[in-house]
Amino acid sequence: MIADVRDLTVRYGAATALDGVSLHVAEHEMVALIGPNGAGKSTLVNALCGILRAAGGAVAVRGDLALVPEGRHLFPSLSVDDNLRLGAWRLRRRDTAHIYDLLPGLGKLRDRPAGRLSGGEQQMVALGRALMARPDLLVIDEMSLGLAPKVVDDLAVHLRERNAADGLAVLLIEQNARLALDLCARAYVLEAGRVVAEGPSAELAGSPEVAAAYLGLEA
Amino acid sequence: MSELVQYLITGVGIGCAYTLLGSGLVVIYRVTRVVNFAQGSFAVMAALTVTTLLAAGLPHGLAEVLAVLLAAGIGLLTGLVATGKPGTTPQSALIVTLGLGVFAYAIEIFFWGDQPRSFAGLPGSFAGVQRHYLLIAAVTALVLAATALLFARTDLGRALTATAEDPYAARIVGIDVPRMGLLAFALGGALGGLAGVLITPVQQVSFDADVALVVNGFSAAILGNLTRPGLTLAGGLLLGVVQALVGGYGSTAYQTEVALIFMLAVLIVRAGSTRAETA
Repeated sequence: MIADVRDLTVRYGAATALDGVSLHVAEHEMVALIGPNGAGKSTLVNALCGILRAAGGAVAVRGDLALVPEGRHLFPSLSVDDNLRLGAWRLRRRDTAHIYDLLPGLGKLRDRPAGRLSGGEQQMVALGRALMARPDLLVIDEMSLGLAPKVVDDLAVHLRERNAADGLAVLLIEQNARLALDLCARAYVLEAGRVVAEGPSAELAGSPEVAAAYLGLEA
Repeated sequence: MSELVQYLITGVGIGCAYTLLGSGLVVIYRVTRVVNFAQGSFAVMAALTVTTLLAAGLPHGLAEVLAVLLAAGIGLLTGLVATGKPGTTPQSALIVTLGLGVFAYAIEIFFWGDQPRSFAGLPGSFAGVQRHYLLIAAVTALVLAATALLFARTDLGRALTATAEDPYAARIVGIDVPRMGLLAFALGGALGGLAGVLITPVQQVSFDADVALVVNGFSAAILGNLTRPGLTLAGGLLLGVVQALVGGYGSTAYQTEVALIFMLAVLIVRAGSTRAETA
């Protein structure tokens, strides 16, 4: 088990953002977390990364975790290469060459300020920056938001490759349920701070409730 | 004509000192969003320290370097007190720096009294002005170039910029954001201290000189919105030269007023252009 969240409760003042959420990601596993806006997905991300303190429950992460945050959060005035280097801030080795091998599209953008890139290019840099930390678990918050389908497909291909080649575990937090269920073998559905469904993606996609709420199909 | 040249040289020299002070403000503001009103105190403390070290027999150069290092330490302490408590807003921290600036008066009067002090700078003259003005300009050019290299070429500089641009993202990649803030305060302290050390041979410094210094540094930095080092340099030089011209052809009594009017004009013009953009 690389990430183990047990009975996690997080409150903002009087409001309860997460209410007894349990979730785990095993080594080399790709797991999806889907749910509507305001379900508590980003709160869960921040708790996993240690940015938020829990009111109850426990979060255990074994190994190194890297985050691709919602909205990318690149350093806009710094070049693509500098953004990548900072991804390895905690490590001694900050050589970026291997990232250009993994994500060949970034090579030609190397010296461009990250703030001047398109959304898709920025998401690719954000992914590269997270990979620079040589993580065991990659947490990706709203990867597809605002991006063209072709770009999302590219990103998905890269994720599958890293998972297959390096055994990188992935927790994919997505509003785009179709993408998430397609990419990950197992999934959780979060609504109003609670896990309302979990299981193999194929099973969830086949359940009438999930299909109706998240895949736009009639129940 | 030769008078004009003299005013220009002295103006550039003094303007460089303002630039150093302003650059300290910029480094601190960019990384922590705190407007550091204790910036003038760093200069005064360092300058007064040099007078003591020289009197104790230390050679020039060593005395100045030690004073700048002390100013860096004072900057670090200021940062700790102003921003050390997690969750302190930049506005609260600003008030703390103001308080620390006043507290510095007590320390300065205790150690050095309330009379203005000075010490000899680089001897000799050039084109009718003290060569020390040229030294100020040369040291400033070197230090600004080194600072630019630090930010552009080292991972530490990149991490400082990253913290300035997006503290949340900086935290995500593992940068210790509060520590970067303290580093910025130390850098700001060193830059302020250097300004004080350089300016004192041509302008006496007393415990309350920090107000005029911080106003001038702030005026230089406001041209670049407290965030842009290049415009801070332009602002500092412009301010120094205008003050020298006012002092030379008019009266030296109006020099601080020139800085204030300059700052006001920039703020008014900027407010006007922001309104035009949002309209």
